[in-house]
Amino acid sequence: MQYVLLIYGDPAAAEGMSEEDGRAMMAEYFEYTEGLRRSGAYVSGEPLESAQTATTVRQRDGQQVISDGPFAETREVLGGFYVLECDSLDQALEHAGRCPGVRYGSIEVRPVMVMPATA
Amino acid sequence: MTSEAAAVDRVFRSEFGRAVALLARVLGDIGLAEDAVQDAYLAALRRWPADGVPDNPRAWIVAVARNRAIDRLRRDRVLERHTEELTRRAEDEMNRYDESADDDTIPDERLRLIFTCCHPALATEAQVALTLRLVAGLTVPEIARALLAAEPTIAQRLVRAKHKVRAAGIPVRVPPDDQLTDRLASTLAVVYLIFNEGYVATSGPQLRRDDLAGEAIRLGRVISTLMPDEPEAAGLLALMLLQHSRRDARTDAAGEVVLIGRQDRSQWHRDEIAEGVALTERALRMTRTPGRYALEAAIAAVHAQAATAEDTDWWQIAALYEMLLRVSPSPMAALSRSVAVSMAQGPAAGLALADTIAAEGSLAHSHLLHATRADMLGRLGRSQEAAAAYRTAIEQAGNEAERRLLQRKLADLPEPSQPRTTG
Repeated sequence: MQYVLLIYGDPAAAEGMSEEDGRAMMAEYFEYTEGLRRSGAYVSGEPLESAQTATTVRQRDGQQVISDGPFAETREVLGGFYVLECDSLDQALEHAGRCPGVRYGSIEVRPVMVMPATA
Repeated sequence: MTSEAAAVDRVFRSEFGRAVALLARVLGDIGLAEDAVQDAYLAALRRWPADGVPDNPRAWIVAVARNRAIDRLRRDRVLERHTEELTRRAEDEMNRYDESADDDTIPDERLRLIFTCCHPALATEAQVALTLRLVAGLTVPEIARALLAAEPTIAQRLVRAKHKVRAAGIPVRVPPDDQLTDRLASTLAVVYLIFNEGYVATSGPQLRRDDLAGEAIRLGRVISTLMPDEPEAAGLLALMLLQHSRRDARTDAAGEVVLIGRQDRSQWHRDEIAEGVALTERALRMTRTPGRYALEAAIAAVHAQAATAEDTDWWQIAALYEMLLRVSPSPMAALSRSVAVSMAQGPAAGLALADTIAAEGSLAHSHLLHATRADMLGRLGRSQEAAAAYRTAIEQAGNEAERRLLQRKLADLPEPSQPRTTG
């Protein structure tokens, strides 16, 4: 099955990071991603620009509404994601546990929904 | 209920977990497994009264549930929820257990099922409900009664938990060695939580709550039998047996709490104590570094082996608490150690330890800390301070029975206490 690892973190903490620490974190992520590729679990993954660059689209009563945001109520915002192919939740949790993001914020692990009769 | 229906209930209560576990492993789906075993139960209600209980009810249940599961899979396949491959594989697996199978050829897969139900990806209350339903075989109304919850609440909790197990891909398996220690610890914690729901019950019909402690012991027995080399599994079973052995002496005829020092020891269940003590010794022999359950069982065993309260070996209990504090530090264990020390070396030594705990502040709002200090101060003849500590304890006590006990102790202080102390 496929799982998405949604990486949440506090942007203020990331901004407060020294250049050296920032480079170290980037290196960790490169190494982590490389490990995922080697294990065969990696499907895709991307870091995201900050939440301040986000735009929200809604449609209400046939009218499209575009707005700045969302402005999260919580301190932690989505900062990036991986899509992984795993044999069970346990394997997905193992991969999540090795992601550098677990030490700075938190990682939400969600199974990708299997749509019936699409294959 | 007719005697035949009661017989069906009895057999299913003891066989439910094994049948669900086996089918869950084969089907990879605990919900489908539960439905199939439930189908077999309904079939038994129809057929056993006429045909009699089969010679080998376990094989009968597995065979009927297997057939019903295959029917369900075929129906589902029509709905294209399962692939042909999955259905065929499940049928092959199922057919390995034919109607002639006996106890020796039907493997006990309950350990997988227990680890699945107690997976940390599920909320604790979901783990408890799922374990009671699928492994212990309790019905939804029984679980609701035992946990003092509404039936729809429990039913919905179970539906959500089963959905998460399936949709999130929680595996039906015993965790690999590198995760086993942590996962076993959290699984044993769920069983002990179920036990304590029954053990410390302060409301609800007593009989049902006792049943819950009994169910926890059954679960503990399954784990310890299937994992004979795990000292903490043996330790937990021993601890529960030893605590449960005192159940009839814990309250008096009026329903008042009776502390261990004043319990009528002739009411303790000797057979359970014997088994608990033997298991404790086995758990302690298995490892050089006993865990918290083995140590707590050892403490309970020392109490259980004393013919009278005065015969209690408090030196040994104090030493065991010291070991427990190293393995699993907690303010409550530290407080219990201070009590043991006060009994072994005298109230002054105990009070010194209790005062240290009081100074740390973590138990400032626990009536047990104040009640313990009050008792030690009373034994030292410092009645006025003892009375003040009892009053604080009474203010903070959580339930009526405990409050009444503390009021009795306050009244029993040797010198009359001043009702209106200043300051």
